[in-house]
Amino acid sequence: MQQSFFSLVFSADWAPSEGRFGFRPYITGSLYVTLLSFLFTLPVCLLSAIYLTRFSPQWLIRIMHPVIDVLAGLPSVIYGVWGILIVVPVVAGTIAPALGTSSSGYSILSGGIVLAIMCIPYILNMLIEVFRTVPAGLIEASLSLGATRWESVKHVVIRGNYPGIISAYGLGIAKAFGETIAVMMVVGNVVKVSGNPFDAAYPLPALIANNYGEMLSIPMYDSALMFAAFLLLIIILIFNMIFRYLIHKTKKQ
Amino acid sequence: MRRIKIIEEKIFVFLSAFMTYSLILVLLFIIGVIFVKGFNALNPDMVLKTPRGGYYYGGEGGVLNAIAGSLYIAIGATLIAIFIGLPAALYINVQLIRHRKTQNTIRYFLDALWGIPSIVYGAFGFTLMLFFGMNASLLAGIITVALLISPIMVRTFDEVLSTIPRGLHEASLALGSTRTETAFKVIFRQGFPGFITAVLLSFGRGIGDAASVLFTAGYTDNVPVNLDEPAATLPLAIFFQLGSPIPEVRERAFASAVILTFIILLLSFAARYLAKKYSRTNLR
Repeated sequence: MQQSFFSLVFSADWAPSEGRFGFRPYITGSLYVTLLSFLFTLPVCLLSAIYLTRFSPQWLIRIMHPVIDVLAGLPSVIYGVWGILIVVPVVAGTIAPALGTSSSGYSILSGGIVLAIMCIPYILNMLIEVFRTVPAGLIEASLSLGATRWESVKHVVIRGNYPGIISAYGLGIAKAFGETIAVMMVVGNVVKVSGNPFDAAYPLPALIANNYGEMLSIPMYDSALMFAAFLLLIIILIFNMIFRYLIHKTKKQ
Repeated sequence: MRRIKIIEEKIFVFLSAFMTYSLILVLLFIIGVIFVKGFNALNPDMVLKTPRGGYYYGGEGGVLNAIAGSLYIAIGATLIAIFIGLPAALYINVQLIRHRKTQNTIRYFLDALWGIPSIVYGAFGFTLMLFFGMNASLLAGIITVALLISPIMVRTFDEVLSTIPRGLHEASLALGSTRTETAFKVIFRQGFPGFITAVLLSFGRGIGDAASVLFTAGYTDNVPVNLDEPAATLPLAIFFQLGSPIPEVRERAFASAVILTFIILLLSFAARYLAKKYSRTNLR
């Protein structure tokens, strides 16, 4: 039995044993978690990159290098364990009651927080590289015209580097989109389409990782899982191609 | 007007300083939580014994199978990646030194490969495995992880090689050496600190990655002896033990997480120390 591409991607009807594969819950789950993590990383990375390249004392930069390296090098399973130990109970016990709902803690919000922490060192590293390419003369010119240091940052460092900044975040999003184990451990893995960040979701990579065991026992199931892998590959490859190109261009200037 | 500007600056500098310092705190917090939670269950048995009967119900034993499997896979994959990556990086920086465009195109594609998530490599390795009629085994795991870390190795090494001044290259050629001699005797030696960083970085990535070995390496309670036996890995051991409803087994997952974190921290510090040590003798 075959399904058209559109019914695969847009249908929410997931019944592998009857041969119906609708990927919408997985795709929206992935998108939602990634979007949340993006919202968390956006201010943190931008502000720390600005601080580290423009305002910080020299010793802080020396400390931050190993910190970023270690954070980037920690395996995702460690972030997952940390998420289960800290983020899940906090979401279930503090954040959800404070907002007047209840949650098991294994939710889209927890996934977003863990993903954000994982992506911060990666994005921050690229942003620092991008901001280092700003010529000192430009900043000095802006300062000598009477702008404060923050105004120079706002109008010269940020305005002049839109492509670089967007690429750093684009690559971060692509990385977050394909992250498997850490998200799978805290996101709950329930197949449904929901707009509530306190609900559980089931991202695409988790679908592949959780079901490889039974994929050969149900007809077409292996093809469906490979299609999920294919979707991931294509989306992430396109993101990477576009934003790597932009970053290569910025570096050349 | 001037005062508003200064207040704005103060607010934003404070905010960004706060974000930066909190990143250091987050790192300490993560490592602190893992270590505090894991030390209760950490004992010599964890590192020295394989799981005995009833281990997954709280019986005795350790995760030696996973530690050994992880090390085997990471070492094997790193060796393959060195075999592919070392000549590739040298080729990009020596033979292609006059072809800027080709160099940049290759770097561009390697970066794109670096960005592909490990679960896709895992699915690819699994398909490859089925195609050759293999079972989940140490060999399949090694090959998949090698595919995953090769671009990382090439790009990290290449990044260091590309900073080597062109004069060194030209001096070597002017003395009558061939390009290959230049590559291995001059450029490789000058880039050796970068090579160590690249190897240790890829090794760390290989030992910590769970999604790519999930399909390909399988899981077993024994230490693998042959390449065609399945192998357990540390990240998967943590993942599976954490899924258990029994508190003792969950405690052991935290202890395994301590072991993995310790290995990663050790690799990170070793990379920093060795790179510094070997770059002392470099030409500048």
